[in-house]
Amino acid sequence: MGFGEWHGIWTVIILVLFLAIVGWSFFSRRAKKQFDEAANSIFEEENAESSVKDSDKPESKKDE
Amino acid sequence: MSQTIPQQPIEYNMKVVRQFTVMTIIWGIVGMALGVLIAAQLVWPELNFNTPWLTYSRLRPLHTNAVIFAFGTSALFATSYYVVQKTCRTRLFSDKLASFTFWGWQAVIVAAVITLPLGLTSTKEYAELEWPIDILIAVTWIAYAIVFFGTLAIRKTSHIYVANWFYGGFIVVIAMLHIVNSMAVPVTFTKSYSMYSGAVDAMIQWWYGHNAVGFLLTAGFLGMMYYFVPKQAERPVYSYRLSVVHFWALISLYIWAGPHHLHYTALPDWTQSLGMVMSVILFVPSWGGMINGIMTLSGAWHKLRTDPILRFLIVSLSFYGMSTFEGPMMAIKSVNALSHYTDWTVGHVHSGALGWVAMITIGSMYYLVPRLFNQKQIHSVKLVNVHFWLHTIGVVFYIVSMWISGVMQGLMWRATNADGTLTYSFVESVQASYPFWAGRFVGGVFIVVGMLLMAYNCYQTIQAGRRETAAGNVIQTA
Repeated sequence: MGFGEWHGIWTVIILVLFLAIVGWSFFSRRAKKQFDEAANSIFEEENAESSVKDSDKPESKKDE
Repeated sequence: MSQTIPQQPIEYNMKVVRQFTVMTIIWGIVGMALGVLIAAQLVWPELNFNTPWLTYSRLRPLHTNAVIFAFGTSALFATSYYVVQKTCRTRLFSDKLASFTFWGWQAVIVAAVITLPLGLTSTKEYAELEWPIDILIAVTWIAYAIVFFGTLAIRKTSHIYVANWFYGGFIVVIAMLHIVNSMAVPVTFTKSYSMYSGAVDAMIQWWYGHNAVGFLLTAGFLGMMYYFVPKQAERPVYSYRLSVVHFWALISLYIWAGPHHLHYTALPDWTQSLGMVMSVILFVPSWGGMINGIMTLSGAWHKLRTDPILRFLIVSLSFYGMSTFEGPMMAIKSVNALSHYTDWTVGHVHSGALGWVAMITIGSMYYLVPRLFNQKQIHSVKLVNVHFWLHTIGVVFYIVSMWISGVMQGLMWRATNADGTLTYSFVESVQASYPFWAGRFVGGVFIVVGMLLMAYNCYQTIQAGRRETAAGNVIQTA
């Protein structure tokens, strides 16, 4: 197989993979649940820490 | 819930984050002040003091290296080490390697500060450093990759938060770009020649150059956005699903855009056209990401009124949106015929660099500094607000000046008389540009003054943290 042909096939493979990722992210129910959990996960680190940490090093919530 | 709640408090490695955070602010001032100096040199050429080391030609690469690799990349080191630890609920994979990346990277910057004014350069734009420094960069970068991906590997959470995907993509691609583009034949310790030649060399160079924009100045800072915008807004990202699609779309499209730097050159015509099309398509993932960031604030817009840190983060995204609209337009060949080699390009770069990269970094630093130095909030929120306005006014001054001078230069260079001769000589376009170069200088001064305020504000915050820690230690030992 020539260089050009292989590049053409490679491009198609990448495109199909990308469309598969888009399809998965939109239509998978499991993914939706995982996404919600992941999006909120960055707020749990503070709760998790403040429940176990000594209160001498509080994580500030906001700069206002 | 997929995350395990630790029984013991996690001992994060915040030392290296603190080091990189402080150096981000210092290098920011140095890099931007250098920019103001060379902007002044264009208006008042005497400012090179007839000294070779201080000429525009040598200081300009020092300015770009200082802002991209010293300021921007230190910020990426600091935030990626912070975010990867926080979101993976684990300490960095290796403290020693992390420390090595700090000192290695600072050594690279110091080497740049010494060699570039001496005129030691490979002449490749944004990759001017000579081969021994290139090797140090590669070694440091591989250590960075080991620390970052090692930390991901030992994570205590099941999911890898999206910010880490962007940081990871940035680290891998920058390693690839740097190593391929820096391939050279050394002649002496301070001189080398690129392994590539002619149009191939140009294509490799701009494959590197544009993807340094795409992966360092975009993907890396998008990692910052996906963590610090939701944290400061105190609400999850607008659409996590969109962030996944955003990531894969961005990394699969950016890599193709390089040829738009070589329109109407010896590069084959089809390559130019392909680069143009891919650059225009890039508009879609760019705006997808911008909308995702800005819409995170949906329902909480009122926070912008009272929180200047959030304002930095959100306004950075509007500049990101602006420059990722402008970029694809400028990549269209007919537009490029007017804009290329003019100040328009310089203005475009700075709306990205000062608007997007610097503002998201400044916002993130204001978020990080109190947390890293044991304080509840920054020393003075008022000063953050003053900094916000100084910076915003400075950027607007800068880019508007460059738009006007850029379009003017383009029009003057292409103007022809009825007999086909050029209407204007080059020097006439230079003369016509002076007022706008002065405008740019004023904008730059605003920005540097803002950075100095930031340094003062952060210094006071750090000192307050030190005093409290010292007082706390006294109480504990008493």
